[in-house]
Amino acid sequence: MPKLTIDGKTVEVGAGKTVIQAAEQAGCFVPRYCYHPGLSIAGNCRICLVAVEGQKKLQIACNTQVSDGMVVHTQGEPVEQGRAEVLEFLLANHPLDCPVCDQSGECDLQNFYMAYGRYDPRFAEQKVRKPKAVPLGPTVMLDAERCILCSRCVRFTDEVSRTQEFGIFNRGDRAEVGIYPGKTLSNPYAGNVVDICPVGALTDRDFRFKARVWYLSSSPSVCPGCSKGCNIDIHYTLDRPHLDDGARVMRLKPRVNPEVNQWWMCDEGRYAYKAIDRCRILKPRHRGRALGWETAVLELAGQLARIEPKQREESVAVIAGTNLTTEALYLAARLFGEGLQIRNCSAELPVLPGSHDELLIQADKNPNRKGAELLGLAGEKARPAEPWIQAALDGKIKSLWVIGEDLAARFGEETVKQLAEKLELFVYQGSHENGTAAQAHWVLPSAVYAEQAGTFVNCDGRVQALTKAFEPLGESRPDWLILTALLTRLELPAPGNEPAKIFEALAAAHAPFAGMTYERLGLQGLPARLDGAGGLGGPAAGAAAKAERK
Amino acid sequence: MAMIIERKELNLWERLYLPEILRGLWLTSRHFFVNMFFHTAHLFGLFKRHRAAVTTQWPEELRPLAARFRSRHRLTTREEGTPRCVGCMLCETVCPAKCITIVAGEHPDPNVEKYPVRFDIDLGVCVYCGYCVEVCPEDAIRMDTNILDVSAYSRDQMKLDIHELMNPTLRKPVPECDLKFPHKCALHDGKLTGSWERVYGPGEKLSRPADQGTELAAR
Repeated sequence: MPKLTIDGKTVEVGAGKTVIQAAEQAGCFVPRYCYHPGLSIAGNCRICLVAVEGQKKLQIACNTQVSDGMVVHTQGEPVEQGRAEVLEFLLANHPLDCPVCDQSGECDLQNFYMAYGRYDPRFAEQKVRKPKAVPLGPTVMLDAERCILCSRCVRFTDEVSRTQEFGIFNRGDRAEVGIYPGKTLSNPYAGNVVDICPVGALTDRDFRFKARVWYLSSSPSVCPGCSKGCNIDIHYTLDRPHLDDGARVMRLKPRVNPEVNQWWMCDEGRYAYKAIDRCRILKPRHRGRALGWETAVLELAGQLARIEPKQREESVAVIAGTNLTTEALYLAARLFGEGLQIRNCSAELPVLPGSHDELLIQADKNPNRKGAELLGLAGEKARPAEPWIQAALDGKIKSLWVIGEDLAARFGEETVKQLAEKLELFVYQGSHENGTAAQAHWVLPSAVYAEQAGTFVNCDGRVQALTKAFEPLGESRPDWLILTALLTRLELPAPGNEPAKIFEALAAAHAPFAGMTYERLGLQGLPARLDGAGGLGGPAAGAAAKAERK
Repeated sequence: MAMIIERKELNLWERLYLPEILRGLWLTSRHFFVNMFFHTAHLFGLFKRHRAAVTTQWPEELRPLAARFRSRHRLTTREEGTPRCVGCMLCETVCPAKCITIVAGEHPDPNVEKYPVRFDIDLGVCVYCGYCVEVCPEDAIRMDTNILDVSAYSRDQMKLDIHELMNPTLRKPVPECDLKFPHKCALHDGKLTGSWERVYGPGEKLSRPADQGTELAAR
């Protein structure tokens, strides 16, 4: 393993690594445009110049292999002068339309110019004009003048999405990035080229002119679009309601997680945020009449308590969605299964067919089926919930409580309508207005993923934490809070009034989660202990965590 | 922190009332007679070095303002009557009073790209600091209308929208919408009013690529 010195720090890196990776390891940031850890090395932007002792000229850090005893300087006069000169070239034909550019504020051309640029431009010639505001597909807009020809987008479509839309055309100062004739940039991962574009050449058509990036707050979360559970950042603004007609979430960006989505996310997930503020249920209601939470919880707890213990086994069913957080699923099992001794409590419904590919997109569009499986609510061990619908229509099941699962989408609006007529008690607990909410006797509004803390377990069994970005819309409440209120009202033991405590209780009760807390999950999540393997460093850590709890 | 200011007790002389009244009358009449003396003397060319109090007959007569005086804002316009503003929102960002509201839209000319479909300034909140003028990269907002007398009967009427900002001669209530380009019009319940055809006339300038394939936006 070669040992080298970077800015006075000695680091040991694997053979075959490049200086930029070694510098990253040493904690020294080297500016870059064309280098991206997820793509092949192009070495064409020349901004990552570093001084290597013994070499007369400055070297590019991204494509210089490390060797033993190398001494590298990433700062200092010659390096900074070299970068300033590279920036002068890159900006020669740059239009400097930062006021209208959506990238400004998160633009590396701006950032590095602030750090290394010449503040007195010498370029007095006419700039080369290129096409501006050209839509490449439904999601991406190209401004060829702003492009610095780093070729990240070209390499992304060649290597990651493998759709090969992008190319660099013409030569010299007329070289410009574009897509091949007859193609449109409509692959399911197209939005990623906007993220990797270091300047404003590729911008998001959906985010176009909606807000300035410095207005946005960010909250780490997990995409609920499919069972992959891509790590995301929710970019939202609460204090400027005039932007985008009062929407709170402005965009989603992928968050790096080498174990799950790496640097990427699919467009389906990227633009799914629009549902957060649309068609939401805002108030609890009983047969169309809005009422307060206190009344609703009191009434429903009363109705649950009045059902005879014998009948609970046969005539009550609870269907939980696999889109709930693990905490909500755990509380549902605890309230209905353990607490009220309802046998028919499950999240086991067949997975609806959906699009999928090898990269990220999974066929199961629910983010937490694995979590439900680990809790025993789904999978082979769980009771299948599908027959209960027929049983309810036959009158065998008299009370049905649905959490987060749209029965109308699965079984048809007509079936749900008949259910509402047959059932004595039909509760829908969910976030959005849909066919089930329209028919259910009781509707309890619940929060969406961005409005609550919790965890999802992805298809590979990785437990990942959501954080709460903002308050639930209207009077809606997180599912864990609704279920905790019911537990308290029914005088059953509730594990605590915050998700972190509920998760601790869950981790104590279920072996796959042993030893986990929100702090330990962190931003990257942890693999669940499936069949004794994985988890917090194997069974020993689990035992240690158990001892800790005692 | 609250501060307690002690009130001075009136002494006997002050409580007698009349002497203090007379002192006040003496003060005002002294100003009157001194000013009258100097104004009369100035008529005869005497005591020119002594200045006397001046009264401006406002509002018939307006006080001269310094060239860099910061008065009510206006938005500068392009030749075809659209705002120079490109909706960069830097003024909205820099505004310490947070009185500026901008919503940006797509301009049909790709060399302009962006323009404000809504631009409001709440003068009831504005502190007239002039940062918005200072920060503007396009010289699109100026405070040179020399309008000082902004008054209204309600807070809502203190808000200027894009009609009044682009045409400083307009006074509330704005009689009719005279803007051709698409904007969120306060006179039409905030609906998008106007069209680019009215600005440029029907032609190729409008068949711009950016309007195509917006199926995603509609989703």
